[in-house]
Formats: sequence, C-alpha cells, structure tokens
Amino acid sequence: MSRTEAVLVLQDGTMFEGEAVGALVPSGVATGEVVFNTALSGYQEILSDPSYAGQMIAFTYPHIGNYGVNDDDLESHRLFCRGVIVRDLARRSSSWRATGELPDFLVHHQVPGITGIDTRRLTRHLRDVGAMPAAMGTDEAAVRAAARDAAGTDGLDLVADVTTREPYTVGDADAPFSVVAYDFGIKRTILRRLIGAGCRVEVVPASTAAADVLARNPDGVFLSNGPGDPAAVVGATAEIGKLLGEVPVFGICLGHQILGRALGATTTKLRFGHHGANHPVRHESTGRIEITSQNHNYVVQADTIPGGADVTHVNLNDGTVEGLRVRGIPAFSVQHHPEAGPGPHDAAYLFAEFTGLMTAT
Amino acid sequence: MPRRDDLHSILLIGSGPIIIGQACEFDYSGTQACRVLRREGYRVILVNSNPATIMTDPEFADATYVEPLDVESVTRVIERERPDALLPTIGGQTALNLAISLHDAGVLDRYGVELIGASVEAIHTAEDRSRFKAAMEEIGLAVPSSGFAYTVDEALSVARSIGYPVVVRPSFILGGGGTGIADDEDGLAEIAAHGLATSPSTEILVEQSVVGWKEYELEVMRDTADNVVIVCSIENVDPMGVHTGDSITVAPAQTLTDVEYQRMRDAAFACIRRIGVDTGGSNIQFAIDPDTGEMVVIEMNPRVSRSSALASKATGFPIAKIAASLAVGYRLDEIRNDITGETPASFEPTIDYVVTKIPRWAFEKLPGSSPVLGTQMQSVGEVMAIGRTFPESLQKALRSLETGRMGLNCDPAEVVADRGTVDELVHAAATPTPERIFLVEAALRKGASVERLHDTTGIDPWFLDQMLAITEGRAELADRTPNELTRTEWRRAAGLGFADAQLAYLWDVPSERVREARLAAGVSATFKTVDTCAAEFAAHTPYHYSTHEDEDEVAAVTRDAVVILGSGPNRIGQGVEFDYCCVHAAFALSDAGYETVMVNCNPETVSTDYDTSDRLFFEPLTIEAVRDICDALRRDGPRLAGVIVSLGGQTPLKLAHALEAVGIPVLGTTPASIDLAEDRERFNELCEALAIPQPDGGIAANADAAAVIADRIGYPVLVRPSYVLGGRAMQIVYDAETLASAMAELIGEGSLGREGGLSAERPALVDRFLEDAVEVDVDAIRDHTGEVLIGGVMEHIEEAGVHSGDSACAIPPPTLTPEVIATIEMHTRALAEALSVCGLLNVQYAVKDGSVFVLEANPRASRTVPFVSKATGVPLAKVAARVITGATLAMLRDEGLLVPPATGGHVAVKEAVLPFNRFPEVDTVLGPEMRSTGEVMGVDRSFGLAFVKSQAAAGNALPMSGTVFLSLADRDKPGGLGAARRLVELGFALAATTGTAAALEAEGLPVAVIVAKVGEPGIDAVDLISSGQIDLVINTPRGHGPRADGNHIRRAATRHRVPCITTVAAALAAAAGIAEWATSEPSVRPLQEYHRDGQLPLGV
Ligand SMILES: Nc1ncnc2c1ncn2[C@@H]1O[C@H](COP(=O)(O)OP(=O)(O)O)[C@@H](O)[C@H]1O
Ligand SMILES: Nc1ncnc2c1ncn2[C@@H]1O[C@H](COP(=O)(O)OP(=O)(O)O)[C@@H](O)[C@H]1O
Ligand SMILES: [Mg+2]
Ligand SMILES: [Mg+2]
Repeated sequence: MSRTEAVLVLQDGTMFEGEAVGALVPSGVATGEVVFNTALSGYQEILSDPSYAGQMIAFTYPHIGNYGVNDDDLESHRLFCRGVIVRDLARRSSSWRATGELPDFLVHHQVPGITGIDTRRLTRHLRDVGAMPAAMGTDEAAVRAAARDAAGTDGLDLVADVTTREPYTVGDADAPFSVVAYDFGIKRTILRRLIGAGCRVEVVPASTAAADVLARNPDGVFLSNGPGDPAAVVGATAEIGKLLGEVPVFGICLGHQILGRALGATTTKLRFGHHGANHPVRHESTGRIEITSQNHNYVVQADTIPGGADVTHVNLNDGTVEGLRVRGIPAFSVQHHPEAGPGPHDAAYLFAEFTGLMTAT
Repeated sequence: MPRRDDLHSILLIGSGPIIIGQACEFDYSGTQACRVLRREGYRVILVNSNPATIMTDPEFADATYVEPLDVESVTRVIERERPDALLPTIGGQTALNLAISLHDAGVLDRYGVELIGASVEAIHTAEDRSRFKAAMEEIGLAVPSSGFAYTVDEALSVARSIGYPVVVRPSFILGGGGTGIADDEDGLAEIAAHGLATSPSTEILVEQSVVGWKEYELEVMRDTADNVVIVCSIENVDPMGVHTGDSITVAPAQTLTDVEYQRMRDAAFACIRRIGVDTGGSNIQFAIDPDTGEMVVIEMNPRVSRSSALASKATGFPIAKIAASLAVGYRLDEIRNDITGETPASFEPTIDYVVTKIPRWAFEKLPGSSPVLGTQMQSVGEVMAIGRTFPESLQKALRSLETGRMGLNCDPAEVVADRGTVDELVHAAATPTPERIFLVEAALRKGASVERLHDTTGIDPWFLDQMLAITEGRAELADRTPNELTRTEWRRAAGLGFADAQLAYLWDVPSERVREARLAAGVSATFKTVDTCAAEFAAHTPYHYSTHEDEDEVAAVTRDAVVILGSGPNRIGQGVEFDYCCVHAAFALSDAGYETVMVNCNPETVSTDYDTSDRLFFEPLTIEAVRDICDALRRDGPRLAGVIVSLGGQTPLKLAHALEAVGIPVLGTTPASIDLAEDRERFNELCEALAIPQPDGGIAANADAAAVIADRIGYPVLVRPSYVLGGRAMQIVYDAETLASAMAELIGEGSLGREGGLSAERPALVDRFLEDAVEVDVDAIRDHTGEVLIGGVMEHIEEAGVHSGDSACAIPPPTLTPEVIATIEMHTRALAEALSVCGLLNVQYAVKDGSVFVLEANPRASRTVPFVSKATGVPLAKVAARVITGATLAMLRDEGLLVPPATGGHVAVKEAVLPFNRFPEVDTVLGPEMRSTGEVMGVDRSFGLAFVKSQAAAGNALPMSGTVFLSLADRDKPGGLGAARRLVELGFALAATTGTAAALEAEGLPVAVIVAKVGEPGIDAVDLISSGQIDLVINTPRGHGPRADGNHIRRAATRHRVPCITTVAAALAAAAGIAEWATSEPSVRPLQEYHRDGQLPLGV
C-alpha cells in the first residue's frame, strides 16, 4: 500500500504527522482555519455544508468514511471547506445507500486531507488556544511557512464566495406559502424542510436588496446559515433591517446572527465555537431541552440585545444565546440547526412556527 | 422538577445471584442507585439474596436484607419497613418481574408503596410481547410479522401463516431464555414447548426470522419533563440470530449514515414515550435489513440492563446513577455531568474512540453443551476494550478475555485455526461460535474475500475489512525485524492493536526485545481520557485507556499510589466476589490517604465505575498493559507504592512474578510465597515439613507417571492441575484407563496454552480422593508482624469432591467439633506463618473420621470473603488491603476498622446457583470441577431455617409437603434412609426406584410409588416427574466413572423445575430445614441488626 507522509502545522507552530489523503492542491500546501466537529455521524453533510468555507474540518470521531458517500446526503453542489483532518479514513465503506467512497469523493471535489493524526491532541489544543489558521501538505518546510501567514476567517466576507449567483426557485408552484430565502450558504436540508412545511422557496443572492425582496411580496423571508464572520456581511444586514416588520422573518445560524446585528446587537467570536450534534439547548418558554446540531464560531452577545427582542433559547453548556424573537414584529431566529442534516430532529418544530407566523400575518 | 420531598424511604430490589443473562452489571447499577438515593437523604431499604455483591454491604443502605427474592420474603420486608416507594428498574429482569408480582398480589396497594421509575402499565406494555407489538404498530413502527401462541398447536398454525424459519420469543424473559429459531414443524414443536415453559405468562411470540439483519441497540434516558436523550448506540458485529449478550458488539454504531441513525433515534423516542417509561434508562433493540435499510423494532427493556452498564462504561455517562436521580424527580438539566463538572446531564455523549465488547463463555466447563451461539444467551461474562480505532479495540478486547489469546490470532494458539484450508475455514465460520472470529481472520489471511465471508457469516463488510487491515498489517510486518522498524511503522502496528507479545510471536523473538526496539523508536503507550465529549470540555475524572499516539493525558501522581489489579471477565470460578474485594480495597485505601488506581477490563463491574477509585485504567490485565500503566504513573517520580495482585482472584496473581521481574513492587505476600502455595508439588513438601496431613499423592507431568502414583496410593484418585481456579480440568478417576484419558486431555490443553493445561513446568497432582469427607474452607489474614486473624471457618454441606464453589456451606460450622475447629485454626496459622503471608489466605480442608487433611491453600482473596463479611460483619477485604499496605491488625483494631465478628444468634448459609436450566443436556451431578455461576445466602436464627432460605433464594424452594422421589446409590442408602424417615415423619409420601424402595421398605418406610429401572416395564421415572406428581427429587449418582446413571432423572427434574438434591448431606440438611420451617414463624431481618447482635468468637 503506498502512503505519502504529510503534516499539519498550526499557526502557533504545533505540528501533527500523518498521511496525505484526498486531493493534491496545486500549490502542494492547503491552508484554512481549523475547527473540530464532534458529531459521530454525518461527515458527508458536514463536508458539503457551505458554512465551512475557509475552514479545515477536524473530525473528533476516529473512523470517517465508513458508510461511503451518496447523492442524497449532499448539502450543496460542491465542497467549500479547505481540508479534512481525520484519525482514520475508511479503506472501504459499507452501506446500501452508498454510491461511492469518501476518498474518491474528496479527490473529485478537490478537497485535500490528512489522516492518521492524533486528532484528540489537536482538539485539546484548539480547545485551549481556539480555532486557528493552519496549513497542511507533504513538504514540512513549505507547510510551516504557509502556516505562519495563513489567514483566519475574522472580518472575511466568505458569504460572497458561497451565495448563489442567480435566484432560483424550489418547491411546488401551488405551495401554500411563498418564501424568499437569502442564500448566505444555504444547506439543501433547510430547503427540504421548508418545502416539507409547505413553502415554495425562491433562493436569492446575499446581495439582494430588501426592495427587490418585498417586490416579490413573499409570505415570509428566510435568512440562511453561512460561513464566517457576520460582521463582514454588512450589506445584507442593512437590507434585513428594512424587512423587519414588513414580512415574517426566520433566520438560522448566520441568518440568526445577521438578524441580531440588524436589531443592533453585536456578535463576538467564541474560542472554538460549537460544531457537533449533541448540544443541549433550553427552550425558555417551555423549559424543554432540545439536543441540537450546531456549527458556528460567532454568537450574538446576550447583553447587547436591544430591549425590543427576547432570548428564546439558551445553550446549556455555556449559556450563549441560541434563539431570538422580536417583540411585536414577526421575526425570530435560532443559532442552532433545526433542520439537522446531520443531527437530531428535536428542533424541527421551528419550521412549523415559521409557517404559523406566516399564516398569522 | 427538583427532588421529591413527599418520599422518605425507598425500597430497592437487587437482581439476586449471578446467572447467565444477569451478571454483576446489576450490582453496579444497584450500588450506584443506593449511593445516589442515600446522598439525597432518603432511607434506602435493599433486598438482594446475593452476598457477593457490593450493594449488599451494610454501609450502602440503611437496611440491607439478604433474603430470597420472592413475593413472601419481600412482602415481609415491606411489612417491616413500610417504604414509601419501590424502584424496580435497577435490579434487572428479576426485580422487574418481582415488582409486578408484588403489585399483582396487591402487596404494593395494601402497604401504599408507590412504584417509581416505571409504572406497572409501562412494564407490561414493554415486557408483554403482544402488547409491545400492538403499541409499536400503533405508533407506526415496524416489527417482524408474527403471531402469539399459548399452546404448541397455536404456535404451529402461526408459523404456517408466516412461513419458516421462525423465531420463538417468550414474554417476560431475560437472556433470550426459551428463545430459538425453528426451520420446520418438528423444530418449532420442541422450541415452542420450551418457550412456553420459560415464560412466566406462558405466552410466546412466533415471529418471522430476520436472521442476518444488522442488530443495533440504543440506550435511551427520559426524565419527568419528557426530555429524552440517547446515551449510546451499539452495533452488533454478529448479526441478528445471535443474542446481543453473546454478540461481539461495538460502540458507537459504525455503519449507519446520519439519516438512518436519526430515523432510529426518532423511533427510540417514539417508543419510550409510547411505552410510557416515566423516568430513567431503557434499552431498545432494532434490526436493519442490510440491503434495503428496512428497520424493525425487536424489543425494549424498560430498565437499566447489561447494555446500559456497557454504555455507561463506554461513554462515561453513568446511566444507573442518573436514572436513580430522575426517579426521585430531578430533570436531566438539573443534574451535572460529573466528568466535565460544568455541563449538564441533558446532552448526548460523543466519543472519540471505539469500544468493543466480547462475551466470555464457559462451554469447556459444561461437558455435553455445544458451543454454538444462538438467540439464547450462554455467555457468563464479558470484557470491554477501548481503542482509538476498531482494530485496536478488537485486539485489546480479545486479549482481555484471558482465554490464552493475545489478539486476533498472531499468537501460538492460532495453529488451531490455521490447520484449515480456506474453504474449510469459510465453511466453519458460517456457524457462530466463540472461535468464529479467529477463523474469519485465518480465512482472510489465506485469501478469502470480504464478500465471501460476508455472505457466509453475515458480518458487515466494514468490520471484515477492518479485520483485513489487521491481517494486511501483519503481512507488512512479517518479514521485518524489530530494529529496522521506523517510528511511523511502529505506530501503525500499535495502532492496529498488535501487542508486543504478538509481534514477538510473529518474529520469533522475546517480547522484551520487541518492547525495547519499540521504545527505542520512540513509540510508547499514551493514555487518553474517557470524557463524554470528545475533548470539547476539560475532564475532571481520570478514566483512561491506552493507545500509541502523540499525547499522554495521565496527570502526575501526587500522593502514594496503589495499583489494584481487578479480576477481568466474570467466568465460572471467578466472579463478582473478587470485584467486591478490589472495590473494598479501593475504598479502604483512599480512606487511608492513598491514591487508588484500578485496572480492569470488565464493564459489568463496580470496580470499573470511574468514581470507585481515584484513577481508572480500562485495560486488559496483561503484563504489558499493567507495565505501561505503572510506567506512566512513575514518570514524574517514585510515588507508586506498588501493585496489589491478591484481591482479583487468579487473574492478577498470575502476573505477580512478571511484575516483580520488571521491577514493579508487588504488595503483600511475595511472589515467591505465592509460588510456594500455588505450586502443588512444593506445597506438599511444605505441609510435610509442617506435619500437616495431606491426602496421599504425587506429581505427574505425563500419563505414565500418573499411573505409577495411582497404583501406589490406590483408586479413586483426583487429578488436579496447578495454577487454576474453579477446579478447572479437575477429575475424580476410578480406574487406570480413565486416568490415561484424563492426563491426555490435560496435555492437549497445555499445548494450546489454555488454563489448567499441562506442561513440564506446570505438572498435575494425582491425589488420593477422600470419599465422604467433610470439606471446610477458612479465610484468614496475616499481617507483617505475624498476627493471624481467622476470618471465618465454613463447613460445607456437600462432601469433599464437590467443588468448594459448588457446595453449600455454613457459618458457624454446624457439626464440626471444637477439637477439629481448633486443629483447623492451628494448621491455618502454621501455613500463614510458613508462607509468610501478608494479607489474605484461604485454606481448604477435608475432615475424614475426625482427622483433618489440607487440600490447598490460596494466598489470596477467595470466593468466600464477601460471604464471611456479610455473615460476621468483619470487613475482611478492607482489613486485608490495609494489611497489605503495611498496617497491622492491632492498628486496625484501634482505628475501629477491624471489629469483632458477630456470629451470636444467627447462622448464615451460602448456596451455589448452577446454570443447568440453560444447558439441559449437561448432567447436574456436582463434582470437583466448579460450574456454578453465582451464589445466594440464607441467614436466620438457626441452621435449618437459614438452609431453607438459601434453597428458596437459589430457586429450588423446598416443598413443605407432597411426594419425594428417592433414587440412591448403594453407598448412600444408609444416610439416605435417615433423610427419608425424617421426611415421612413430616408427612411426605415417598416414591423410589426398585433398589432404593426395597431398602426403604426394609426399614419399614412406606413407598407409595415404585419406579421401574430404566428400560424395564413399569412406571417410568421421567414420566412420573414430568406428570408433576413429584415435589422433590433426591438422586445420588450410582456407580463411578462418567456418572451417567440417574442422569435422566436429574435432567427431567431440571426441565420440569422440580428441586433436585444430589448428595445425602444436602438431603439431610433439607429434611432438617423443612422440619424447622414447618414449626416456626418465618421472619426477615436486616444485616445491620444481625451485625449489631451479640458478638461471640467464630466457630462456636
Ligand atoms: N425476528 C427475529 N429474527 C431473528 N433473530 C431474532 C429475532 N428476534 C430476536 N432475535 C434474536 O434473538 C435475540 C434475543 O431476543 P430478545 O427479544 O432480545 O431476547 P432478550 O429479551 O433476552 O434480549 C436478539 O438479540 C436477536 O439476536
Ligand atoms: N484429595 C481430595 N479428596 C477429596 N476431595 C478433594 C480432594 N482434593 C480436592 N478435592 C475436592 O476438589 C475441589 C477442588 O479442589 P481445589 O484444589 O480446591 O481446586 P481449586 O483450586 O480450583 O479450588 C475441592 O473443593 C474439594 O471438594
Ligand atoms: Mg434483547
Ligand atoms: Mg479450592
């Protein structure tokens, strides 16, 4: 069996040794911000989630690729993440759903990777120093150099790279609700959920002006998930501000952060963010606990939320804001992923809340 | 909702004796529940008949009743204690079924006892297969098509409508009791009959077979506010058709896409909500069609289970502990995750390693049983191993089993599998057996494809490919040498789970050389932490496992540390008793200010609970693993006081020498002394020197030598290997040819490196077999100043020749004279001194015609230590642990740890529990090879009453009236007649086989029914027993050699659940007990009261 040794070097110089897998990037060295994800299953959904644009994903679960890949579990048409870091990439998969193997999938989508490293050491390190830019490749010297001046995601408008160029519509023409969805990096599972809830969804570029949205007179506007720093998505935030009160708004993840900022709240970066499928969230009005799927590095800062809005959901691990609702105005959002894909379905009821809101107004 | 203040006292029911399907996982859950509820300030009342458990320690409950787990006894406990509530979900199927019976008998209503955790309604819906099926269909979950039957004919007609093969599954069972797969009408008729007999509600489910589908389990928790979480997913390597308890299983699920996993999770939520388990843990089993993903629900257990113990150890999420808190009102988000310390328990653990569980079977001890796995659980224990990858955890688990294997082959024992050709191997692998996994690897190594093996075994291709990775890794290493391997290559080898010992075999060099080369290349064991969160948060509990990566997480030792080696998987001969001793050592030593470090690989135990000791290493008990742990602990300085090898049974004792050899201090009795006692030849010399009589005998390493000895001392002789436990491979031999074959067997085992195997350095003993001798067990402790404490003198009910582990015994000794007891104590002290024991010593004696012979001495904790402690109130294991670490008995007396024994006013009887109901084809006659899986204790004010309780607790409740069927060997007739007369006086009618009948009538005893000899015309014994006219069978085997005679009688008794006594001694005890019981008011009392009572010296 032929093996090519490779290294992963973090900006602080910490090095991990492993073997190269996946695509060979032209330059021979891949860079990106390393984040770890603790989900036990759903690697294909995670890899194809546009929210990971600019990041290299380290999976804490050691065996990745066990059940191969298939077309239904893709969250977008291509992969935006910059690299994959695993302890053990499956040599051979087994699943009646599989149409291919993960290693080939990575090559096909030009995503480089490294396997065989001590991912637990990496996770413990990131836990302490925070998500960090890094580089990986086969030439240690080159990698070290690249790691030193690799950039993080702060202040970067990655949405511009992932949003759709042209509007497109999904769902039945005669669906009860018509929704305009801002595409900051929208996941297919979200669209499936909206359609399932009875929506026809027109997905529009992140740069779409509020006026153009209202001109379509939708029953509701959806603000999607997406990559990077909400503070960098300036234009959209302003436009969303104009929609509040005009039409029911529902935001998820980055969409939630943008709604928060539109309301005047500030967002800050967590040390290493929430990336996994087991985060407990309390629904304040019912006291019920939801196990949620999460993928974000930034949060809406609780103490900056203006009086006009209430915190509806709280993360029980660290007390961060998981949900917002604007008083008197039909607009709400959650930080976690009620659509799951991957992850638990505990929060799926939120899509019904959205349609409920649209019916009410 | 916070703690329920309307409750004050809570009754817990334990699971009783260790039996197949119900092992010490329920001691673990019960102990956790007791701790939690007491910490919450409730008065805890516990009933459990098993004295070997930690939960029955007086300090774990306010009132501890060691009484039979039947409606009568528990009703008395309820009358006496008037608990507010009963928590039935932590004592396995036994507690659950008993709770239902108490409810049905109206006891709970009468005394206003509230069931908490699960309602009667919920238990019925989950356990009654018909109601469960209906419930699942109601919420739209698929179950295999099936029908119910209450008679064999109904079963046959159901099968006609579904089509064969079908699976038979009785309601309210455990460990697949009574289940089976039938391919045709004849098969079904038999299996259905057995199934109906097994089900408490004589209801069976006849179900479409989904053999070969993937089998999964989810561990679910729910709280009063209807918050639900999945703690762990488990995937079976052996597909449907092999009981989960007999399957190699892996956590987390490996081959499910998230879409499928979430669908299963949603189904589990719907299921627990529909069944209505108010709070606590449940286990739900699913089957998935590998070709279409079709999912069906197999069953739900509305209680903590074997799998929930596994899940707790696999994730660090203490299910039983949390279930107990939920049962008294707490919500998941009100409970802290004590591993992270900061996050709540309302989350789903995520892990960054792979856990593999492998069952341990005991077929070799049950001649006649066939080692084929099916829907009935047959394993007696299990091991768990943690690795960063599946290959690593699989190989670690295989060496944890202690079956002489070092991993997935690549060891001397692989020759057996390697004999076969590819086709033979693939063919053999089609049948699930304990050996299958080794055959699979051998087949892969010889070129069989993953597809081909998948087709024949049904094992998922992913698992097979992972095994292939091990095989290919081996091939890459084969033609290399230790010194030329690069660091990366070493890491890859270790990452595939190869132990130094395996590579040493591969390269034919000493392990030591492999180790040196590996360390020289910079690859050493690194320890990771089990933390419930894949390192997302800092962990505060040092629960570790080894691997070979970059980073080691073992914190520096700050106080003097003591490593306690556990006893590995439960097996016949070594069970929960030894875990009890290790756990007590951990408690006593941390009280004494030591840092305690536990090493064990048995997920069912209390010892592997992360808060039993200061540090837990979940590792195989091999010299390599223990050495790596000690190195890690010694890294930052010489704080390691040493290792305790004498509390975990034979397992750690075997490591004593090797540990000393590599410079790891062994605490307590020195390896040299251990050798002196274990090496039966040298031990004989010692006894001679001390003038302590022993049965005449000699040492033989081969058949001829054995024959010579036998001719000298005369038959019958007993053949005993050295360094064994549970009488492994021990035989009573009455003639020359049997002796020859016995020796041949031992030599065979030896060549496979099996336990009890014979070899030049491990010869066998050939002893004169003392017939009709009384056997006595003694547990003593000697401290380094030479003071000896006699902990307990136990008189066996059955005669010597019945293994000490299989015979009942009593404290204080009912018939031994003070002189004999004095002699026994004298010999014991002399031996303790001569062996310069420091810690526990167990000596076994045979008393014949007043003279005392020593049979063996074990310089370690024995099976009876917990029984003695429950009987006398003296915490022997704690005292021993302190003595081993340097304390003197005098000191401990002053401290108040060593209290005088309380034996006044009560008698305690221990009875063994045997697994014959699982192995109907096995003869029930007791012999020198131990076969019991567990034990119970009966305690009362007199021997008779205690004996009756012990029988009831063991599931052989003695009849108080009716007909007794006697069939006695000639030599047993005199004694047997005594018992018969007693029973006649008590109003019993007699039935007997012709010979016995003649003897009885000669004595003027009326025989109502005379039973014909086998094959002769007249009333047939088996028919008589089957017809239900017999209430008690007393059958002592006639003749010698393979004691076949009377076997059919004993089998019939087992099959029809008629209590069966096979020795005269037990018959006399039974008669005495029945007599007393008939004339006295039965009562129950907690241990705490017995121990408070008059403290007389032992043996009076
Ligand atoms: N319909 C079926 N087809 C094939 N195997 C089955 C079927 N139902 C159960 N089994 C097998 O029998 C085993 C025992 O059945 P189960 O109902 O779980 O008994 P228990 O209650 O003792 O766990 C299961 O682990 C599974 O392997
Ligand atoms: N010489 C003997 N005469 C009669 N019975 C014996 C003799 N030696 C051993 N036994 C019986 O065999 C059983 C097992 O022998 P033992 O040496 O104790 O094996 P183990 O070490 O497995 O406990 C004993 O409990 C005793 O009942
Ligand atoms: Mg089961
Ligand atoms: Mg013995």
